[in-house]
Amino acid sequence: MHRGATRLVLLAIGVFAALLAFGGVSHAAGPSITAVVTDADKAPIPGVGVTVTSADGFSGTGTTDDEGMATVPVPKSGKYTVTLDEATIPDGQAVKDGPERTVNVLTGDKKVLFPVGVGDSGGGGGGGGDGGDGGASGGSSITLSRVLQLVVDGIILSLLIALAALGLNLIFGTTGLTNFAHGELLTLGAFTTLVLNAPPIGLNILIAAPLGVIVSALAWGWGQNQLIWRPLRRRQTGLIAAMIVTIGMAIAIRYTLLLFFGGSPRSYEQFAGQPGVEIGPVFITPKSMVLSALAVAILVATVLWLRSSRIGKATRAVSDNPALASASGVNVERVIAVVWTLGAGLAAFAGVFLGMTQNVIWTMGQYLLLVLFASVVLGGLGTIGGAIVGAFVVGITVQLSTLIVPTELKTAAALALMIVLLLIRPQGLLGRAERVG
Amino acid sequence: MDLAFVFTQAITQAIGVTAIIYLLATMGLNIQFGYTGLLNFGQIAFVAVGSYGIGVFVIYRGWNLWTSILVALVLSVILSLILGVPTLRLRADYLAIVTIATGEIMRLATKSLDPLGGSQGISGKMGDDFYALNPFPEQDRFEFGPLNFSRNDLWVVIVGWIVIALLLLLTWALMRSPWGRILKGIREDEDAVRSLGKSTYLRKMQALVLGGLFGTLAGIFWAVAKQSVQPDSFVPDFTFFCYTILILGGAARVLGPVLGAIIFWFLLVFVEQMLIGLVQGGTITFLDTTQIGPIRFILVGIGLMLLMIFRPQGILGDRKEIALDAR
Repeated sequence: MHRGATRLVLLAIGVFAALLAFGGVSHAAGPSITAVVTDADKAPIPGVGVTVTSADGFSGTGTTDDEGMATVPVPKSGKYTVTLDEATIPDGQAVKDGPERTVNVLTGDKKVLFPVGVGDSGGGGGGGGDGGDGGASGGSSITLSRVLQLVVDGIILSLLIALAALGLNLIFGTTGLTNFAHGELLTLGAFTTLVLNAPPIGLNILIAAPLGVIVSALAWGWGQNQLIWRPLRRRQTGLIAAMIVTIGMAIAIRYTLLLFFGGSPRSYEQFAGQPGVEIGPVFITPKSMVLSALAVAILVATVLWLRSSRIGKATRAVSDNPALASASGVNVERVIAVVWTLGAGLAAFAGVFLGMTQNVIWTMGQYLLLVLFASVVLGGLGTIGGAIVGAFVVGITVQLSTLIVPTELKTAAALALMIVLLLIRPQGLLGRAERVG
Repeated sequence: MDLAFVFTQAITQAIGVTAIIYLLATMGLNIQFGYTGLLNFGQIAFVAVGSYGIGVFVIYRGWNLWTSILVALVLSVILSLILGVPTLRLRADYLAIVTIATGEIMRLATKSLDPLGGSQGISGKMGDDFYALNPFPEQDRFEFGPLNFSRNDLWVVIVGWIVIALLLLLTWALMRSPWGRILKGIREDEDAVRSLGKSTYLRKMQALVLGGLFGTLAGIFWAVAKQSVQPDSFVPDFTFFCYTILILGGAARVLGPVLGAIIFWFLLVFVEQMLIGLVQGGTITFLDTTQIGPIRFILVGIGLMLLMIFRPQGILGDRKEIALDAR
């Protein structure tokens, strides 16, 4: 018990020290404002003049580069007004919600988005919403091309969910733990990569991303299991108690990230404003295609590995019956350590995926967590195939639901689907029936 | 730094409107989780039913407050049934996932549907019927030693604590009745209770309904006291704060939530005000005042983890009486 306590304290101190060190560095970089100007297709618009002013007389200017971004350093934190020079915006287009924004700069870089569009229909604030991605906006008519676009968006989202849900389900299967901090594994992966990618270290994302995923798998997966969950299993902590511990952990991790990285969305240094390409009726960015292909490869490899390798078979044995597996000579603790490492790695890749296609923000995992649960419950808690099937059902439902319901409600559609399915088939699509009460 | 000011702030909060709202919601959780072992992670959904019930019916429909309260309570019962029917026959974690999801559905729905206020929420004099009954003389501030309240706040706080006292009495009476013993039996060993011929499903549903009603009362209180309902106040973290309060004070104890809420809010405000004082006084230089908000959440998160690991019974509880293992 005392060893466990010491480890926890050490972990907390270590994490805080590391983040403080990083926080210090990011402070030294000084605050700045980056205006991001994009057109209706989310492609960057270069050559737009940007002016930043403050009430105490500061004034600075910049012009957007090929990525549609203009960075203006500011002397200190405070309130600034960012104005686009409307004369430099392409003819016949207007800035959504006007060319002027007032922003509060705290530390580091503050991104201000200026979506430029032609005659967009209402439908409310698009940027920085809950979880999902842009995709089709506004128009309420159901056309074939719009449906196709949403299906493609849905498949991309499904891959992302499947990556994270697989880890969630493996951890549930082997340890029985419903991990409410699994979304934070995703966020931590995205932020670990951001730290490697951002100025002080400044690795190219092509190196930072794989490195970030590996570091996350080891630090946040293997390390977490060693420092917290293994000692707790030794103390025979009950599953409900452990579940509540994961909630406390999720809150602590999320707000620690907010404390040190601030609340505004960040993006990676490379490929941030990549223009999309049109393939037939569907619009997609090259980076999404590459990441999706990679995700498919990783999912297939993981499933094959679980089916055929020795430790993969051991994992499934532990999922079925830990006591029996242990009695047959399977090293249960080793299997669990592998599962945590793998789960965190998969989640970290999902985080980088989400961070590259949208942006990196402290709440990214939190919003995805419930969608993850929905897909895991839909597919069947603890089943490997179920996580993937559920992910596709949920991912495509989420995107297609925007045909009928407001965009903000698309997550709610998936959650409602989960509740309805529980009424009809409580064990999930692929799960085994298990009567309790 | 003015220590006396920090203390007064902390005490005012510890017995104030916020503490009352959280306490009411936590007392509901105590019935559900503490006594019955039901893992309701979506208490915020019930709170939202209360708040939005008042907001929508009083402001948009122009009903009087008392009818609206009644209707909100009926809606709360309906919500419990919707949640309970698919999940109460399943393992504990299903209820947890479905309730937390319901909370989010409610938040997203109120945020995006204009008949429910949309992203702006609902503001207006929704508590007027209640404030009209205020018996205190017309004057701006009421001072009790170092504490001082506005006339309306004083009325809210006093009625709040009276309601809490009555509900505590109700909880105490229920939990020593045969009905309460069945709830505790379900928490300890559901199969044993079923083998005695009791319907555990029915009792779990009743516990869910009763605890949900407490949550809805918290929401009604919230709407009346703040006279405004904002969708983004209804985040899942609210429920987790309630769990922290419950576990701190001691689950499955009538007075556990009361002690938990007072200590929780005292500590939280005390630490926050101390930090603000230290930052403004220049003692702490590596933080600015906007970073103090996150720090209190971090403390709650770590506090919840440590409590659950090292002292799940909290201050008043008995370790043997806490539902710690999933069935």
